[in-house]
Amino acid sequence: MAKVPLSTIAHGRSGDKGNHANVAIIAYTDAGFAWLKQHLTAEVVAAYFAPLEPSLVERFEAANVRGLNFMLYDVLAGGASRSLRTDTQGKTLALALLRMMVDVPAEANPDRKVGG
Amino acid sequence: MKRVRIGNGCGFWGDNLDAPVRLAEAGQLDYLTLEYLAELTMSILALLKAKDANSGFATDFIDVLGRLAPILKQQPKLKIVTNAGGMNPHACAAHAKQVLAKAGITKRIAVVSGDDLLPRLDELLATGHTLNHLDNGTPLSTIRDKVVSANAYLGAHPIAEALNHEAEIVITGRVADASLTVGPAAHEFGWGFGEPDLDRLAAGTVAGHLIECGAQATGGLWINASDSTNLGDVGYPIAEIAEDGTFTISKPGGTGGAVNIETISEQLLYEVADPANYLTPDVVADFTSVQLSQLKPDVVGVTAGTANGVTDTYKVSVAYRESFMSAGTLVIAGPNAAWKARRSGEIILEKLKHAGFTFAESRIETLGAGDCIPGVVSGSGDPPEVVLRVAVRDPRKTAIERFTKEFAPLVTSGFPGTTGYTTGRPPVREVFAYWPALVAKSAVTPVVELV
Repeated sequence: MAKVPLSTIAHGRSGDKGNHANVAIIAYTDAGFAWLKQHLTAEVVAAYFAPLEPSLVERFEAANVRGLNFMLYDVLAGGASRSLRTDTQGKTLALALLRMMVDVPAEANPDRKVGG
Repeated sequence: MKRVRIGNGCGFWGDNLDAPVRLAEAGQLDYLTLEYLAELTMSILALLKAKDANSGFATDFIDVLGRLAPILKQQPKLKIVTNAGGMNPHACAAHAKQVLAKAGITKRIAVVSGDDLLPRLDELLATGHTLNHLDNGTPLSTIRDKVVSANAYLGAHPIAEALNHEAEIVITGRVADASLTVGPAAHEFGWGFGEPDLDRLAAGTVAGHLIECGAQATGGLWINASDSTNLGDVGYPIAEIAEDGTFTISKPGGTGGAVNIETISEQLLYEVADPANYLTPDVVADFTSVQLSQLKPDVVGVTAGTANGVTDTYKVSVAYRESFMSAGTLVIAGPNAAWKARRSGEIILEKLKHAGFTFAESRIETLGAGDCIPGVVSGSGDPPEVVLRVAVRDPRKTAIERFTKEFAPLVTSGFPGTTGYTTGRPPVREVFAYWPALVAKSAVTPVVELV
């Protein structure tokens, strides 16, 4: 197993809710979702985003779309109204998480064929 | 089975002005929805209304409506549902009437109001509606004197009622975004608000949630968007809802973008906390119950949305005056661009300190060197140039104004490679902080009027 970016097995999207952000990570395959459920824990995500000092990270499952949804509390430096950051709404957080380097089994890799 | 086609041509105030026209032209729609209100739009509209009693609504809608006029003549049955009313839906309706009259069109227009709690705020507080901050429980009374707007998120019920009164255009103040879709569906199918129609309301809520951000359902922000996705010509989304609550998401033929399991899955979870309990004024929808299937290219079927009950509260969005802020940029060329940019930002703040100005909060970003999410994604190598962005926030407007004057001097007194100062001094803007709260539904009365 070689380390690959999380984006090899999953896609996602992120956004804001006040001063909190949600990061949805969605596996391409069932094997990928099984891997995500086991390895992409709230603790792992909290550690990855530690520089943003989340007060809490919660994980929710949406197995119907092979998705994990993470709530990152108090990570937006004040939120859309008063944050001094460029990314006031956490729009780039999903892309950042998908860059995480991970060890994944070969069967989690998708043979992606979707309409473009 | 009866079906209704609802297209959303606007995801926020600032969205593409041609999208509603193109969607209505080609979408074979029964309803066109247009969503204009973000969390803090209401505070800006409240201040506009305070200055001019005829303003305080999303003026883009009037422009869009004027350009929709020829389509409304060709498609006399097309109905429009929008929250463009903002803080002043009556003034919005009056302007809408004028622009339609100019085009020789008469429509039955309904206004949905009752969401504006500001005139009633002291009465509410005095009668035990404390509007505590949702995150930390602080009572609203602690910031009462700074409040500029307070709006309850109304649901789909008054929209359905307006349509039941044969309104052809419904203009609302603050309603939940998804309710713009649930309202027409409830009207068309005679859904009630409560048992036994909660599952259908939940399905309608899923449909509304999927299309409320416009092109985000049809390829916008899609992780696998590529040049072949043709986002430059992206089509806006259409929910075709059946009486039983099943629906499809599609887009007009011949447009760019993509509707597939990936784009819909990403949007399903967008700005969601617990996907099994998505709270709206109409229903608590379980997004984990829905099943997606690709029926044909750019058509995704959605089935089996279910409800987890309904709450007895409305969400309230309060905005209050907090401080002032400004952010300025310079471009710094390498070598050592990231280091030079950070030092330049520190120099700006040091000079201001020597002049007697420190700030409640300040931030230096070296964009291009991994500062968009500070400390998480680090830059590699020595980028040829970076954008220096310095931002400050403080209750004193004078301090912020002084800050805006410290960028230009670096063009001659800073490090070599300092450029990009072409837009002049950055603007100062007032900061309205966001205060989410809940209020008992019994304390709020939605009002529907034909105007």
